[in-house]
Amino acid sequence: MDTKELEKQANNIRKDLVEMLTEAKSGHSAGSLGMVDVFTALYFGDIVKYDPKKPGWKERDRVVLSNAHICPAWYATMANAGYFPVKELKTLRKLGSRLQGHPDRLKLPYIETSGGSLGQGLSIACGMAYSFFKLDCKKNWVWCLTSDGEHDEGQMWEAAMFAGKNKLFNLTQIMDRNNIQIDGYTEDVMPLEPLKDKYEAFGWHVMDVDGHNMEEIIDACNKSKAIFEKPSLIIAHTIPGKGVDFIEWKYSWHGKAPCAEECKKALDELRTLGGKIKSESE
Amino acid sequence: MILAKNLYQKEKLEQKPTRDGYGLALVELGKENKDIVVLGADLTGSTRCDWFRDKFPDRFIQVGIAEQNMMCIAAGLSLVGKIPFASTYSVFCPGRNWDQLRVSVAYNKANVKLTGAHAGVSVGADGATHQGLEDIAIARCLPNMTVLAPCDAIETQKATLAAGRMKGPVYLRFAREPTPVFTTKRTPFRIGQAEVLRKGKDVSIIACGPIVYEALLAAEELSKDGISVRVINNHTIKPIDEEEIIKAAEQTGAIVTGEDHQVMGGLGSVVAEVLSKNEPVPMEMVGVQNRFGESGEPEELMKEFKLTAEDIKKAVIKVIERK
Repeated sequence: MDTKELEKQANNIRKDLVEMLTEAKSGHSAGSLGMVDVFTALYFGDIVKYDPKKPGWKERDRVVLSNAHICPAWYATMANAGYFPVKELKTLRKLGSRLQGHPDRLKLPYIETSGGSLGQGLSIACGMAYSFFKLDCKKNWVWCLTSDGEHDEGQMWEAAMFAGKNKLFNLTQIMDRNNIQIDGYTEDVMPLEPLKDKYEAFGWHVMDVDGHNMEEIIDACNKSKAIFEKPSLIIAHTIPGKGVDFIEWKYSWHGKAPCAEECKKALDELRTLGGKIKSESE
Repeated sequence: MILAKNLYQKEKLEQKPTRDGYGLALVELGKENKDIVVLGADLTGSTRCDWFRDKFPDRFIQVGIAEQNMMCIAAGLSLVGKIPFASTYSVFCPGRNWDQLRVSVAYNKANVKLTGAHAGVSVGADGATHQGLEDIAIARCLPNMTVLAPCDAIETQKATLAAGRMKGPVYLRFAREPTPVFTTKRTPFRIGQAEVLRKGKDVSIIACGPIVYEALLAAEELSKDGISVRVINNHTIKPIDEEEIIKAAEQTGAIVTGEDHQVMGGLGSVVAEVLSKNEPVPMEMVGVQNRFGESGEPEELMKEFKLTAEDIKKAVIKVIERK
């Protein structure tokens, strides 16, 4: 896909996302919308090696979502990528659904790990990367998505140390740097900066990207695959709620879903690319 | 039942820490399966993982003093096909890293084996912070978990081998101090199957860990007073062998449990849960009674916390009076 097609794909995923969150009546809207471009780049920008027809394919890359509460964006991306029908997205958070509020590997076997307790995913990704690189000399890549807020957890830094010590070059962490967490701005709740310096001191290669610029995301992901003897961190600067004006930047939208009226408003905006074009339905 | 010779003469039995059995089994597993990986958190020697590390240095992973990280790294390793043994003291694992156990291992049904060494007040002088007394309770309450508390070094070896050969998360509990090796290579061991070590009809003692030996001593003493005591080695806390426990209650009419762990949530609770649903009979629980451990010589502590054969004897007499 070229950049324009990727942007269109991301927009489609956002529409599915808004609809599924509205149907679920709960869920994490802001963070999910903010990471749609990164998910799109990973799955449609030829970054992650995967085959939805062969989810158990041994050569596949592994994707670990550590900030698992934004899984609606991941589900919507995977459905669009062909793992399961898009209409199943409407079952999100409902009794008996494969799409749990936080991902459950046993229910949805296309994902690599269950998650939901912040701070654990990077360690899991380290275990996978260690196994591929140090134990089996295999080429599988491990992509770990994390959030800025979860770096309050000490375990994140334990994992960062471990990856640095073992030179896990086959691990790329993409951090959602959206500057917000539930109680407010990250730098007010618990200052994280200077994140780049901190990770570099732990032995990582660090890149900053605009988390809504497809070319920058894809370029950084490809660069991370060329870094020798160091794990990579891509700090993706994102706008929480990206694409839906009344959700953007508002941390009150961290953990809630749009109502029917808000959903319509959001879909109108996404369909018209913020009023730039006529709606598809018009 | 095949048990050691001179079973009731403690001084004639070999004394070994249960964790030695773990160290031996890890080496054995390492030889038979290249997917076995061992993780250490700066306690490699005292968990006996150094034996594995020296044999298979490439498959030993040092994570430093970071038990939470260790648990999730182990989960990651297992999710790509390895069989990791994450080893440290029971107060740290499953103590300190319980949420990691809950979400990354148990919820994931990850094929991780975790081991808590230095469990029980018998740890001795290090005191309360290093005497794991709650590990069984917090491990067994998690779905998908198997929980094992073997009674001596030989049984620990068997339990470790069985854990490494089965699929799914397993917690293994060890003691620190040398304790009598009273089972033999030929003593049966199967996960989920409690073993009757001594037949009896008046009362049953159901115990786990090195306390099982104390139970045998108590039974032997009581036989001199004409009391016939059944002794059951309940090495598998979960899944619990309901059948054997119900049978004991039906046939002997009174139960005493024994463990070097809080009775609250421990084996005492497990047995009470089974009996209250199926065959309620008078029951006494020997174990740590809602208090923290403390410093002292292991033997002194066993007396202080009322975990000796003598204490089990008293519990038996008491429970028989309640029949």
